[in-house]
Amino acid sequence: MNVQRYVPLFIIAALVVAAQLLATAAGQPFYLTQLTMAAYYTIVVVGLCMLMGYAGQISMGHAGFFAIGGYASAALTTADFSATVHAGLGRFMVKAGCIALGKNLYGADVARLNPWLAFAAAIIITIVIAYLIGVPVLRLKGHYLAMATLGFGSIIYKIVLGTRGLGGADGISGVPEFTLVPGLSVTGSVAARVLNYYIAWSLVLLAALFMHNLVDSRAGRALRSIHGNEEAASAMGVDTARYKLGLFIISAVFASIAGIFLTHYNGGIGPSEASIMKSVRYVAVVAVGGMANLWGAILASAVLNFLSLRGYFGSYDEAMFGGILVLVMLFAPNGILIKMDWLKRRNKLENKR
Amino acid sequence: MSFELILQYLLSGVTSGSIYAIVAIGFNIIYNTTGIINFAQGEFVMIGAMTAITFSTFMPLALAIACAVVITSMVGGLVELLFIRWLKHPSVLRMIIITIGVSILLKEAALHIWDEKVRALKYFTGNECSSISIFGAHISPQVLWVLGVCGAVMVFLTLFFRYTLVGRSMRACSANRVAAMLCGINAKNMVTFSFMLSAAIGGLAGCVISPLTQTQYECGTPLAIKGFTVAILGGLGNSTAAVAAGLLLGIVEALSISVLPVAYKDVVAIGVLLAIIFFRPAGLFGNRAAGALKEF
Repeated sequence: MNVQRYVPLFIIAALVVAAQLLATAAGQPFYLTQLTMAAYYTIVVVGLCMLMGYAGQISMGHAGFFAIGGYASAALTTADFSATVHAGLGRFMVKAGCIALGKNLYGADVARLNPWLAFAAAIIITIVIAYLIGVPVLRLKGHYLAMATLGFGSIIYKIVLGTRGLGGADGISGVPEFTLVPGLSVTGSVAARVLNYYIAWSLVLLAALFMHNLVDSRAGRALRSIHGNEEAASAMGVDTARYKLGLFIISAVFASIAGIFLTHYNGGIGPSEASIMKSVRYVAVVAVGGMANLWGAILASAVLNFLSLRGYFGSYDEAMFGGILVLVMLFAPNGILIKMDWLKRRNKLENKR
Repeated sequence: MSFELILQYLLSGVTSGSIYAIVAIGFNIIYNTTGIINFAQGEFVMIGAMTAITFSTFMPLALAIACAVVITSMVGGLVELLFIRWLKHPSVLRMIIITIGVSILLKEAALHIWDEKVRALKYFTGNECSSISIFGAHISPQVLWVLGVCGAVMVFLTLFFRYTLVGRSMRACSANRVAAMLCGINAKNMVTFSFMLSAAIGGLAGCVISPLTQTQYECGTPLAIKGFTVAILGGLGNSTAAVAAGLLLGIVEALSISVLPVAYKDVVAIGVLLAIIFFRPAGLFGNRAAGALKEF
């Protein structure tokens, strides 16, 4: 095993621990809440960075996948199944532990779906939608790809905004905590703040590790060749459509997972999570980090999302992201953190030898 | 459905359709000279309307609109000078992201110059209650203004591109940039000019539709998506086809309201966009064989 490959991962892990220690030592543990939320947005960025930076496919609709995951999980875990638990499948699911009986705030009986089942359902929905959208969309290039994904994102936004069952403009609130294993649950309660901070960032690191290994695999080389020149890649025998679709679905699932976890962490989700502006923000963060620089994108996402969530940009929040996007693309289209990629470049030289 | 009801739907479809057509023409002008899709086109519409609303508080309506069109056109020229002109061979991905960023900047600037309130320009003739009856269906006189302006813009553009030196130079640039430059045409200035022209048309569209649709700082993006849909539907770069496609989309949308909830109106439009992009990227009226040669 080549330890050097994983140095950036260790650096990020060390930064995560350092940030927690610093926030606690400074007596400002509430910073961790925003850092946790930033971590979930970072998972979207990790997936998008691969799609845009390595495979060269722009997506202006990733907030849509985030919302699909979040809304599916929120709707399923807040729905009351008490009408179904007395017979047939419903009773079986209660016995199997898939539906938990309990009482709500007012003492009435409710039956809640196990969040893991909701999680699985949300992921399946995401994969199906990503597949159905991906097959036609990924045949497109340039403006058409951007507009088609933008169109997809705004359809999701309009649907969650216009559907009463999904709460309309209010969104869904009262989403229960997500118990991963007994004693470890995704929840916004203050007591579990530090624990949740580490859950979130562990997920980021896992996602990054997955993508990092993917880049250097056979599939990763195929994807980079698609970015370089799709016709040439195709001529070399790379099944370009299959690889692009696969990566599109993976990055959609990443966004969906982030949506699910953040929804349980916040206890709710609103239509603004699906807005076009959110999708633009993900693209902006990837651009700042350096299109094909996973570690830069993670750092950029952590810093920018944290500053934005803490409200440092005030009413200029969206203008900041727009401005950053324009400036980076004008003056440093490869990203301002690209220099941090020295390690990867050195690896490349070694591989050549 | 009674005849009057169908006619009513058709007329409301024609109204929104001609709005989309004007926005689509703005896309086409810039696309023809540069090959860029300007994602900030919707913001030009919004800026035109907002400026006219502010000016109309202390000037006659016609003068306020004229000033608004000039100012929007200057904004368009400024955008080109600042963000587009000096880039050397930018990739399509880069241009898309830059124009999206510019659209956000314009939108946020509008939010800080005005505010988040929904405003509307005065009706050009009559008021919100006056209506004209056509075979039992009722429309606002403003609808006639929208249709009239759409027609006038079409005539103006046809004459402009066919008979004026600047218009012909712009067409030369879109046909073959290098050849146009060899003939002594300053291609860069033509690009700036195409941004100014399309911003001016967008601004004018904003003024005419403002009494009907009302204007807010955020109203640009949905209009841009609709305009783009129409531009694609007609075949990118073809303005006459864009008008036909605009009317078609408007009518489809209006009829969809009769069967679907109003909230899903935009979903129908975007569904049409996706279907066209997937199945007929050269557009309904475009040449399939010629379309196959283009990069989509």
